[in-house]
Amino acid sequence: MKKEDITIALTGNPNSGKTTIFNNLTGTRQHVGNWPGVTVEKKVGTVIHNGHRLRVVDLPGTYSLTAYSIEEIVARRFLVDSKPDVVVDIIDASNLERNLYLATQLIEMGVKLILALNMADVAQARGHQIDADSLGTLLGVPVVFTIGTKNQGMKDLLDKVLEVVEDRDTVSRHIHISYGHEIEKEIKKIQDVIWQDPSIGERFSTRWLAVKLLENDEAVQDRARSLGEIGEQILTQAEASRGRLNEFYKDDAEMVLTDQRYGFIGGALKEVLKVSGKIRFDLSRQVDLILTNRLLGFPIFIFFIWAMFQLTFTLGAYPMEWIDAGVGWLGMVVTALMPEGLLQDLLVNGIIAGVGSVIIFLPNILILFFCIALFEDTGYLARAAFIMDRVMHIIGLHGKSFIPLLMGFGCNAPAIMATRTLESERDRLLSIMINPLISCSARLPVYILLAGTFFGASAGNVIFSIYALGIALAIAMGKLFSVTLFRGDIAPFVMELPPYRAPTLKSLLIHMWDRSQIFLRKMSGVILVGSILVWVLGSFPRSADLQRGQNVERGATSPTQERVISLAESRQPMSAAANEDDPQNPELNMEMAQLENSFLGRLGHFIQPIFAPLGFDWRTSVAVLTGFVAKEIVVSTLGVLYAGGADANEESEALRRSLRASGMTPLGAYALMAFVLIYIPCLATVAVIRRETNSWKWTSFSIGYSLALAWVVSFLIYQGGTIVGLG
Amino acid sequence: MIPLSELKEGERGVIARLNGSGIFRKRLQEMGFIRGSEIFVEKYAPLRDPIELVIKGYHVSLRVEEAAQIMMEKVE
Repeated sequence: MKKEDITIALTGNPNSGKTTIFNNLTGTRQHVGNWPGVTVEKKVGTVIHNGHRLRVVDLPGTYSLTAYSIEEIVARRFLVDSKPDVVVDIIDASNLERNLYLATQLIEMGVKLILALNMADVAQARGHQIDADSLGTLLGVPVVFTIGTKNQGMKDLLDKVLEVVEDRDTVSRHIHISYGHEIEKEIKKIQDVIWQDPSIGERFSTRWLAVKLLENDEAVQDRARSLGEIGEQILTQAEASRGRLNEFYKDDAEMVLTDQRYGFIGGALKEVLKVSGKIRFDLSRQVDLILTNRLLGFPIFIFFIWAMFQLTFTLGAYPMEWIDAGVGWLGMVVTALMPEGLLQDLLVNGIIAGVGSVIIFLPNILILFFCIALFEDTGYLARAAFIMDRVMHIIGLHGKSFIPLLMGFGCNAPAIMATRTLESERDRLLSIMINPLISCSARLPVYILLAGTFFGASAGNVIFSIYALGIALAIAMGKLFSVTLFRGDIAPFVMELPPYRAPTLKSLLIHMWDRSQIFLRKMSGVILVGSILVWVLGSFPRSADLQRGQNVERGATSPTQERVISLAESRQPMSAAANEDDPQNPELNMEMAQLENSFLGRLGHFIQPIFAPLGFDWRTSVAVLTGFVAKEIVVSTLGVLYAGGADANEESEALRRSLRASGMTPLGAYALMAFVLIYIPCLATVAVIRRETNSWKWTSFSIGYSLALAWVVSFLIYQGGTIVGLG
Repeated sequence: MIPLSELKEGERGVIARLNGSGIFRKRLQEMGFIRGSEIFVEKYAPLRDPIELVIKGYHVSLRVEEAAQIMMEKVE
């Protein structure tokens, strides 16, 4: 028999090296997505072995299949409903006892199972001698040894997969984990009821169903309920059985069953595991004594984070400049090659500038994700969570949420993607919702312009206060959301602290590339559409005289292109002297007129009444609108609208003069800064939120609440300030 | 019997009972916190919360409030 498409499901505890094995097996032939309806990552890859095409599905790492956490639900649903041809349970051989717990549940489900005893080298180094043959015979499951980090044992594993799928393997047999007389009696009673409908037994193991019902498993209960008459009978029997066991053991049945499974494992290990007595020097433990030391733990942690940002933004600045130059060059080439007109304008100022504004973040994102992968794969991330948990717990978050929040100061988009390192969906959603309040680097040019214009020498303090406002709001909202929206299911902080490990470069690179690829592919689409939209809104309807008079050398009418320029300049401020624009310049005045006349300008006028209580005029309203695409654009839009200067940036004196002359007050400027801080950072962030929450509901909530919050805070600042006489 | 949260760094004990809600107890049990299992208190975090424990040969952390739900027999 030749089976062409074989599906292998990989299961295993977190930190069992499952991902490394998945990467070894599938290499670059893998696809990362989400499981339907949830934010859990789904990885699928293919491998060809002996002429067979094997589809490998990497299930979320779990300690159990109880279906309490979303990961467990996802993993179990796949095993039960999609019925993979074979399940490979990756086991940390140096930690057999706990890792085998999941195996006992898989055995109970009746799936075709293979155990891969991974990190066999580590186990050996610790003096663990495992008799794999006896273990296989005891459990009725074939066992292979693998060393994922050295890419050893993969061929054996795949050979075994084919053997099991083709029923050539001699070890596989169904065993029952015996729970003792009392429990077995009740299991039998429930099974008897289930057998009254033979169709159930054809699809599921009846013993598994009975055990799950004894364990009060909600997912199985729901399924039973959907069966109608027979389902009710089954549930009634299960309830009675649970009651009897509860009386007998003076404890819940599920607790007794878990005890028994560990009892079974303990019994098996006595026969197959020998641990040599000599105590070895545990390097990982020594390292940890320093890294989580009471005095040194925090300074070392802060140093690592500092180093990550340094690397990201100093090292990243070079490739950013090249990309910036490349995008500018491409724009010039297209401008030179194409005849002037709408199409050229769309291509240069809409598409090239817009997509260029995303690509420019690629170096930052690659480096950030490389650092995160390094933290994760070495095991340091768990230690960072360990020392930060006390602090994060105040706002109802897990210690691990700290790093994504911190990354937000760089750029919210990768920061939100980094929430994937969090295990609980609740923590992930909560972190995603408050992350945009952390002021990213793209908002800084806006602050520099406004604070520099209106606050002079105390600009630095003012900008600092805006950052502090963002942090305070993130804390307040985190607290608010965790006691309202995300109440109730706070998972216990049972976090494994795996031994420190040297990561493999391959795994780090795959990790980094996965994330970056998602960012590029999905975000460029959204940014493209968004940039074209802003271009269209800003360019139509056309004023007749504008169509001729465009100055190619000066380039932009669209604010999007300015973003690229202002980005580069926000890092390396050019001499402001170059920007002494003459407001009387007729070309620039035409641009101003064009924008005011365009749909965008009209929209600004139209929505201005909403912003009037915050002290915004129509021009500021337009800037806030274009800021939806990206925050730097606020600066260039203000530049066009106030100073008529297309190449205005946050250092431009002309723009500053015009802003001061426009009637904007320091109070109004502060309210605007607060608004820019709080409302949704940019289109790319919206796209990432959509992707990571996998829900338009949460995405709209994030946009909606941040807009409302921005309005309220700016209102309080502006009106409150006016009342106390600051205006 | 004393709660796990009252054990000091470097002390060890054996689990006598798990208190707390069903989900919490079940989760702990699945991670190997079974009656009779030995726990070694490796260290407290710099801010005195959470605690790092060694159980069944692996390291795991628990918040102090959670550790207070685990009743121990101290082992000298």
